[in-house]
Amino acid sequence: MIEVQGLTRYYGAFAALEDVSFRVERGSIVGLLGRNGAGKSTTLKILAGLIPPSSGTVRVDGVDIVAEPQQIRSRIGYLPEDPPLYEDMRVRDFVAHIGRLKGMSAEQVAARLPQVLATAQLHGREDQVIGTLSHGYRKRVGIAQAIIHDPRLVILDEPISGLDPVQIAEMRKVIRQLADGRAVLISSHNLPEVEQTCDWLLVLKAGRLVARGTEAEIAEQSQRVRLKVEVRGTADALRAVLDATPDLADIALVHTGEGLAAAQLVATTDAAREALARALVDAGLGLRQFAGTRLEDMFLGATADEEEA
Amino acid sequence: MTPALLVARRDLGAYLHGFGGYVIVAAVLFVTGLLFQTRGLGGGALYSHEVLETFFENSGGLVMISGILFTMRSLAEERQLGTDVLLETSPISEVQVVVGKWLAAMLVMGGMLALTAYMPALIFVNGKVSLAHIGVGYLGLLLLASATTAIGIAASSLFRTQLPAGILAGVAVVTLLLGWLLADLTEPPFSEILAYGAYWDKHYTEFMTGRLHLRSVVYYLTLTFAFLLGATKVLEGRRWR
Repeated sequence: MIEVQGLTRYYGAFAALEDVSFRVERGSIVGLLGRNGAGKSTTLKILAGLIPPSSGTVRVDGVDIVAEPQQIRSRIGYLPEDPPLYEDMRVRDFVAHIGRLKGMSAEQVAARLPQVLATAQLHGREDQVIGTLSHGYRKRVGIAQAIIHDPRLVILDEPISGLDPVQIAEMRKVIRQLADGRAVLISSHNLPEVEQTCDWLLVLKAGRLVARGTEAEIAEQSQRVRLKVEVRGTADALRAVLDATPDLADIALVHTGEGLAAAQLVATTDAAREALARALVDAGLGLRQFAGTRLEDMFLGATADEEEA
Repeated sequence: MTPALLVARRDLGAYLHGFGGYVIVAAVLFVTGLLFQTRGLGGGALYSHEVLETFFENSGGLVMISGILFTMRSLAEERQLGTDVLLETSPISEVQVVVGKWLAAMLVMGGMLALTAYMPALIFVNGKVSLAHIGVGYLGLLLLASATTAIGIAASSLFRTQLPAGILAGVAVVTLLLGWLLADLTEPPFSEILAYGAYWDKHYTEFMTGRLHLRSVVYYLTLTFAFLLGATKVLEGRRWR
């Protein structure tokens, strides 16, 4: 179990992270979201034992990262966005080498290596030189090195960046397997991927934790929802309905075809969404699309600047 | 296997898997052989011990150059490629990393020097030199390699790329080499201190001629320790402990 309490990190006078607290239980996959500069990388680096916090504590199974940084390093696996790999080494030798660096004996490494290579789906690539692997396989080798020592917490920074759709689907399976008996923390800009992979989310904004919970829970906290509406009817008729519905903002009308009209807008309350749907039907407009990307809405809502909101 | 040996094994593998290491070793062996032929065997009428001294003189210069070339990449390349994260997130100390890097460089340098042994062997078989002279000369080369690789690793710890590390290490070695010049220009006790600090003139020349002085051994070991300590402190300053 990972327990983060009051985590704060200053770079000079700038607070990159302020009073962040959360708990992650074993078996959970947690997504860390936030815009660039929100404090995601700082959080990950502190948890990985790369930089110290200015204040606050991180405990992994009760061991304090501040008091025992060396001990904690053997309990954490970390994969940066660009996998750190010795390109001249073979996959098997590299993963074994990292296991030894993490404090495992040669016997322990030999016993665990087949399972780790299987988890990272590296069958058939064990003896390949890392420098000759594709980007997707390099990511998997990065994951293998992060879990060879059976850490309690695995930290993955943008694990699917640069992967093609097939590789993303395969990586999703790998990540799900990682949560077996350990906590997994993922930072990603790919919101649909986070939506599909993570059990719950942490949203950072300007160094502060502004939302936490499952996707549905956070979406509920965020009243501001971006909608796309398409109807069979005229743009004027659609405009009339939108103007008559309260709590709508940022309305932009677009013609999408013969007899069709569409609009993008922001509903600032839950009631506004329901009222709009009802008004469109009552106006006799054929409702063809009424949608918003839930996680994107949540992300935009939770991380919106005050003036935007 | 201790963490330092793990780091050394990994670095040794990097030297052996890349072309760079082989190119440096081949160049050193070629130039050493060439100079042995031209300055030693073909250098006019020389006594056997003079030919051997010439060999150690040539080899000493090449050890300094190759020592920098081998080590300027050691820590800088880890930072450049981002693999320093692997070391920083592992429960190993900075001393173990630095000592591992140094051990790997010394193993390569030792192997390279072993390949030059046929030249002293030729002198020994065909001329009249003692095994002690050869042994002391090689000890001098190893000590010179030890100090030079330590300087290279210390310089490498300061940069993200190997070129500036190599330049800084070269400047440091040249500065130490010129210690005798500064010693001549100053008065005691500074001149004595600077003379003792001279990298080549007051210390290596003794090994070349087959004379073993403890103060010279201590000098090179002290330099090795000081620069490895410096590299360790740089890593410690960068890493959360």
